[in-house]
Amino acid sequence: MERIPILKMGNYLLVTIQVDMHDRLAMTLQDDLTSKVVNTRAKAVLIDISALEMVDSFIGRMIANIAAMARILDAETVVVGMRPAVAITLVELGMPLKGVRTALDVEKGMALLRDSLLTHEDNGA
Amino acid sequence: MAPEAETLPLRTSEDVVIARQQVRARAVENGFSLIDQTKLVTAASELARNALHYGGGGTMTIEVFVDDRRRGIKLTFLDEGPGIVDIALALKDGYTTGGGLGLGLGGAKRLVNEFGIESKPGSGTKVTIARWR
Repeated sequence: MERIPILKMGNYLLVTIQVDMHDRLAMTLQDDLTSKVVNTRAKAVLIDISALEMVDSFIGRMIANIAAMARILDAETVVVGMRPAVAITLVELGMPLKGVRTALDVEKGMALLRDSLLTHEDNGA
Repeated sequence: MAPEAETLPLRTSEDVVIARQQVRARAVENGFSLIDQTKLVTAASELARNALHYGGGGTMTIEVFVDDRRRGIKLTFLDEGPGIVDIALALKDGYTTGGGLGLGLGGAKRLVNEFGIESKPGSGTKVTIARWR
């Protein structure tokens, strides 16, 4: 079965979406990532969407769901690399992805996750 | 110039991907800006999914229009599903009968220059959109 690969690096799960996903593939990724957060006890999820030329309401909802589910499972999510045309279109579509943390690129996204994990530990959590 | 029309099936979620890629290809060929391409492709994806999920499958027809003043792409989505009882309600953000977000129709309308919808309960739905370059 067709799947988007999920890489584990320490406490982090990394996903780079490089194909134009049909709806079932997007749902499979959502399920796979959620299970993997639990199975690997990951603390952070980074999703790179820089290759996506389009994000419609279905894919937008999948991204929001992953972030919400990961949060309930005690992991932070950051979405990186959204193209400007995609951001403009998502807002006009009526889907500003509130509640999803974003960063411009992978490096900034990793820095954001690292900082938030450190703060988390400092708070004794 | 006579419009060149191309009709694609919308029977599976892979067909939705093929449909939006064809729309992208036509938009690029016709010199649409990146933002205009993205808006049209996103609207097409929403409407193709609607035809598949609510209409039980259907077709999308792509036409390119050129006249002295402007160039544009017109897309027609046809299905033979149950139709829409209350079109004004279906266009409202957040309204859905299918467990989605209810952004498809209203969102697609905001992303294009022209939007038309014809539907009667029991006789399917036809949605037409156009975006000018």
